[in-house]
Amino acid sequence: MTEHNPLSQFRVVGTRPVRPDGIDKVTGKAIYGPDHVAPGMIHGAILRSPHPHARIRSIDTSKALALPGVKAAVTGQDLPHLPGKSVSLGEGEADLANLSCNCLARDKALYEGHAVAAVAATSASIAREALKLITVDYEVLPHVIDLEDAARDDAPILHPDLRTQGAEEPSDKPTNIAFTFALKQGDAAKALDGAAAVASGRFAMPPVHQGYIEPHACVASWNADGQGQVWCSSQGPFMVRAVTAGVLDIPVSDVRVTPLEIGGGFGGKTTIYLEPVAMLLSRKAGRPVRLAMSREDVFRASGPAPGLVVDIRIGADAEGNLVGIEADMLYDAGAFPGGGTMLGPLVLSNMYRYPAVDIRTRDAVSNKPSVAAYRAPAAPQITFAIESCIDDIAAQLGMDPIAFRLKNALRPGDTSAMGMECGEIGFVECLDSANAQDHLKAPLGDNEGRGIAAGYWINIGGASSASVSLAEDGSVAVVTGNPDIGGSRASMAIMASERLGVPYEKVRPIIGDTATIGYSVVTGGSRTTFAVGRAVVQACDTIIADMKKRAANVWQVAEDDVEWRNGAVHCTAKGNDNAPMTITEMAENANTTGGPIAAEVSINPHDSLPAYGVHICDVAVDPETGHVSIKRYTVVQDVGRAIHPDYVEGQMQGGAVQGIGWALNEAYIYNSKGCLDNPGFLDYRMPVASDLPMIDTVIVEKPNPAHPYGVKGVGEVPIVPPLAAIGNAVKAATGKRIRELPMSPDRVFAAINGGK
Amino acid sequence: MSKIAVTATINGDEQEFLCEPGESLLDALRMRLNLTGSKEGCGSGDCGACTVMMDGRMVCSCLVLAPEAEGKRIETIEGVAEGSVLHPIQRKFLEMGGLQCGFCTPGFIVAAKALLERDPDPSETEIRYWLAGNLCRCTGYDKIIRAVQEAAAEMRQERVVS
Ligand code: FES
Ligand code: FES
Repeated sequence: MTEHNPLSQFRVVGTRPVRPDGIDKVTGKAIYGPDHVAPGMIHGAILRSPHPHARIRSIDTSKALALPGVKAAVTGQDLPHLPGKSVSLGEGEADLANLSCNCLARDKALYEGHAVAAVAATSASIAREALKLITVDYEVLPHVIDLEDAARDDAPILHPDLRTQGAEEPSDKPTNIAFTFALKQGDAAKALDGAAAVASGRFAMPPVHQGYIEPHACVASWNADGQGQVWCSSQGPFMVRAVTAGVLDIPVSDVRVTPLEIGGGFGGKTTIYLEPVAMLLSRKAGRPVRLAMSREDVFRASGPAPGLVVDIRIGADAEGNLVGIEADMLYDAGAFPGGGTMLGPLVLSNMYRYPAVDIRTRDAVSNKPSVAAYRAPAAPQITFAIESCIDDIAAQLGMDPIAFRLKNALRPGDTSAMGMECGEIGFVECLDSANAQDHLKAPLGDNEGRGIAAGYWINIGGASSASVSLAEDGSVAVVTGNPDIGGSRASMAIMASERLGVPYEKVRPIIGDTATIGYSVVTGGSRTTFAVGRAVVQACDTIIADMKKRAANVWQVAEDDVEWRNGAVHCTAKGNDNAPMTITEMAENANTTGGPIAAEVSINPHDSLPAYGVHICDVAVDPETGHVSIKRYTVVQDVGRAIHPDYVEGQMQGGAVQGIGWALNEAYIYNSKGCLDNPGFLDYRMPVASDLPMIDTVIVEKPNPAHPYGVKGVGEVPIVPPLAAIGNAVKAATGKRIRELPMSPDRVFAAINGGK
Repeated sequence: MSKIAVTATINGDEQEFLCEPGESLLDALRMRLNLTGSKEGCGSGDCGACTVMMDGRMVCSCLVLAPEAEGKRIETIEGVAEGSVLHPIQRKFLEMGGLQCGFCTPGFIVAAKALLERDPDPSETEIRYWLAGNLCRCTGYDKIIRAVQEAAAEMRQERVVS
C-alpha cells in the first residue's frame, strides 16, 4: 500500500515519470565505479595489514617491482606528511594526516585490513602476485576492539599524541577518547528522581556496515605536468577532488574528477580510500591505474557506522509530560578520531520537550576501520535507546504510545534543548497520520506484537551549483555536480520542467565533472533535492528573467509589461497585440536577441528543515528459536513535498529495510585476534527479499517554505525508527525489553527463556 | 601465464576470447568482452549482481570459471532487450521505480526473467524466494517485487492475445 495525495497545483511535480538514466540502468550500459576503462590502463592492488595493531618497521617492495609486468609500487612513505593540516569539505573539515594514513598506513597499521602498500601491473593477476612479494616487517602491538575497553585508562593507545578534545579539564595523558561534549539544563537527576514513570537502561550495539553493493573503485591518471584525472563513483566529485589534492598536497585545480554512476553509498562514499594511491601509482607508472576493492576489503577497510554504548534515563510525570533525560553516550570512532558524535546530542534533544537535560557524549578510537557516515549518522543508535524508553514510560503510565509522543513532541515555535528553533516541522502531523492508519487496528496472532517508534533527522542544505541552458530548439540541459544515487536526475528534470513549462522529456539532466560545473558539496545529508533542486529552480528563474528582458526589447515595451506563463512570454502592455513567444521560439531566435540563453547559479542555503518519521511494525517471534520475522511494516514520513513519489517511497522503504537488518541481523563480529570474522555477505547477513513483507508508505506533505516546491529532504530519516520499532514490537510480543543489537535468535531466545 | 582460448555464444553471437585458467566468467565478460553490465558485488556467490544464464541455467558468473563457458550459450543483461525494445521486466522496473542506484538491477532482471520463463504466474512468496539470492541495499525490495508481478501479468496477457 502506498498513500500519497499530491496537491494538484503542479503540472509535473508529484508525478512519476521514467527516470532519464533509466534505460542505461536496466540494459547494463550504465558505467559504475568498477566499469570505467582508460586507454592504456593498468591494474593496481593493495596489500593490507593482517594485524589489528602493529608498528611498521620497514616495507621492502623491491622483489615485487622485479616481477615482470609490475610497473609501480608505493607505501605510506610516498605520501606527503601533513600533520595538523585539514581540508574543507563544505560541511566541516577533515583531518588530512588521518585521511592520508587511512589511505596508506605511515608508521602503524591501526586495524586489520589497513592498507600498507600498493602495486600496479599490466594485469590484475600479476598485481595480486606482486603483493605476495612485498615484505613488511611488523612489530605486533596489543590491540583493543571493544568500545568500552578502548575508553579505559589502561587500554592500548592507538595515537600517542591524541588528547581528548572538548574535555573540561584538559589532561596531558595519552588516551583513546577523542572527543567529549556535555550539556546540562536544569536538574535532570532531581526531576527524574521525582518522576511518576522512569525508563532507564544500558543500550549497546556493535558497528554495522552501509552495505552498498558496489565496492569502491576508481581509475586515476596523473601526468608528469602535474595534471591528474580521477574517474570514480562517490557521493561527491568535489569531495574526492578536495581530499585527493589535499592528501597529495597539490593544487586543487590539478585534479579533475569525473563522477561515474554510483552503486549505493548511504554515507559510506562521502570519504575516499583509493584515489590518492591510484594517483601515486599512475604518476610512477606513467599509465592510468585502476584500483578496486573486493567485498572483503569493503568490510575490513571501509565504513562502518559506529557502535554505541549508552546509559540512559528518561522520566515523565503522572500526566504524561516528560520531565527530564539523562544520557551518557560512547560512540565508536574506529581507527581515527572523528566519529561525528555531536550528532548524538542533537538527535537526543530534537524530538521531545525536556525541561531538564543532562547528557554527555564521547567517542573513542579502537583497532577497527575508521567509521564513516551511514544514513542519518549516529541517529539510529541513540534513537533505539530513546524510543525504547519512551515506549516503556507510556506503558508504565498506561498511555497510548502515540498519544504519549504527541503530548511531548516538538512542534513549530518550540526551541529544543540543543537550541534548534523549530520551524515548519511535521512531527505532530506524522504522529497524527500514524494514528489514523488501519495498520494499527489489524488483529495480531499468537506470538505477534506491534511496535511503533519515531525518528528525527536534521537534513542539511549547503553549497550547490546548477546550470540550465537552452538548446537551439528550446530543449533544456540541466547540469549539476551531484551524483544520482536514487533518482535525483528525475527530480531535477521535474523541477526544471515545472518551472520552465516545457515537457519533462525535453529536459536532460547531466551530472557534470569538477571542471564543468561550480562547487557542490556531497550528495548526502538528504540535501540534494532541497539544495541542488533550489539551485536548478533559481537557474531556471534566471533564464526566465533573461527571456522576459529580451521579449521586452523585441516588443519595445517595459519589462513590467512582460509576463512568463506556461512556458512562454506574454505581452501585457495595454493596446498591444503582440503574440506570445514560447520558450522554443525564444531559443530559436536567441542569437538575434542577445546570444545563447543559459545561466549557472551557485548557492549555499542553510534553511533546510528536519525530517520526522513514524514507523509501525508487526513482528512474529518464534518461541522455539527466538527468530523474529517482520509481518507488516508501515513508514509514515513528512517529506515537505514529494517531487517524484516513486523515489521518495523508495527511500522510505530502503531506509526502513536497512534498519530492519540493523535491528535483527547485522553486526561486525571480531575474534580474539582482533580480526573481523564476517567480512562477506554470507556471514554479514543483510535482509533479502524472502525476509520481508511489502513496506507500506504514507507520505505526509507539510511544505518547507524555504524550497520553491516545499521539499524537506527524504533520504536519511527512514533508517532511524526501525531499531526501536522492532524492539518495541518484540517487547509487545514477548514482554521482554531487549537493549542490545542485533536482536538475533540467540539473544531473543535467551531473553524469552528467563533473561532480563 | 599461458592463456586459454574460449569460444562461446554470447547473447546470440559467437565470441572468442583469451582468458587465464583461474579467471571467472564474470571477469572475462567484463574485462575481455567489455560486457560490464554484469556486476561484481561480492565475488563469492552471495549477492547475485553477476547473474547470467548459461545454457538456460541461472548462474553466478563470479563462481563459474571462464574456460567452462567453452561451447556454451551465455546470456547477460546486455542481451535481455531485443534490439532497442525493452523486455517487459525492464520496462516495469522503469515504470515502477524498481531501482535506485541500479547496481543490483542487471542481476535482478536476469534472475526475474529466468523465473518468469519457468513460471509465468508466481506468487509473491515464490518471487521473494526466487530472488533471495539477489541483494539490493537500496529499495527494500518492495518495488522490485511489484515490478516483477506487473511484468508477469503483462506477459501472461500477451500470451493470451497472441
Ligand atoms: S558477484 Fe557473483 S554473487 Fe556476488
Ligand atoms: S538499487 Fe541499489 S542495490 Fe539495488
